[in-house]
Amino acid sequence: MVTATKKIPVGAHYGWQDWLAQRVTAVIMVLFSIVIIGFFAVHGGVNFAQWKTLFGSQIFRILMLLFFLSVFYHAWIGIKDVLMDYIKAAGLRITMQVVVIVFLVVCSIWSVTIIWGK
Amino acid sequence: MSSPQPIPRQRPKYYDLNLLHLPWPGLVSIFHRITGVVMFLFMIPAVLFVLQCTLESETAFSKWKSIFSEPIVKLIVLVFVWAYLHHLFAGIRYLLLDIQVGTALEPARTSAKTVLVLGIIATVLIGVRIW
Repeated sequence: MVTATKKIPVGAHYGWQDWLAQRVTAVIMVLFSIVIIGFFAVHGGVNFAQWKTLFGSQIFRILMLLFFLSVFYHAWIGIKDVLMDYIKAAGLRITMQVVVIVFLVVCSIWSVTIIWGK
Repeated sequence: MSSPQPIPRQRPKYYDLNLLHLPWPGLVSIFHRITGVVMFLFMIPAVLFVLQCTLESETAFSKWKSIFSEPIVKLIVLVFVWAYLHHLFAGIRYLLLDIQVGTALEPARTSAKTVLVLGIIATVLIGVRIW
């Protein structure tokens, strides 16, 4: 016999999508961090011309944007978990979550303008 | 007559808010959370802002280069570097725990200590490099 589920379908969407996304974005960030730390370990400091050349490379721009989007999505899941743990009042929590989403969407647009600007 | 409500047993409450009394994995966990929130609030906007400024012009680039040569700025950068590296190493530990590596009590404590020590050592190495 099939019995109705007692789960309440709100909140963390049972978690698995967030759980998986948190880990996929984490692995992307680890790989990018290794490349960046390796680059500066080898090169040391960079001058303006080298800095512009680096950001002029299309492949680097795409990897950089992939990294930033991973950061922003990862931050959304993490901050949402923190808010769900500490902010008990639903209205306040949802308001704060909306602020976080808007902030991160703005950051995403901003990072595109930085990476492809000038 | 309504049926008597069961009286909930009074459980003892004991909040130990001293972080130093946490076991090692607990310390890694709370620092993972704190560093995450700090990076969200301060590091994301700061990194985007500095990136934008340094790509603007040669003048702005050298201005920021001299700002980053100030000892106080280097210290602030190192705090963020530690936050990033601790979060990174703790995150790798969680990924390993996910695939059932080191889930027993002793290995979990050892890996937690390793994460804390690695975060500090790597920060010191980068500190030496930028100083």
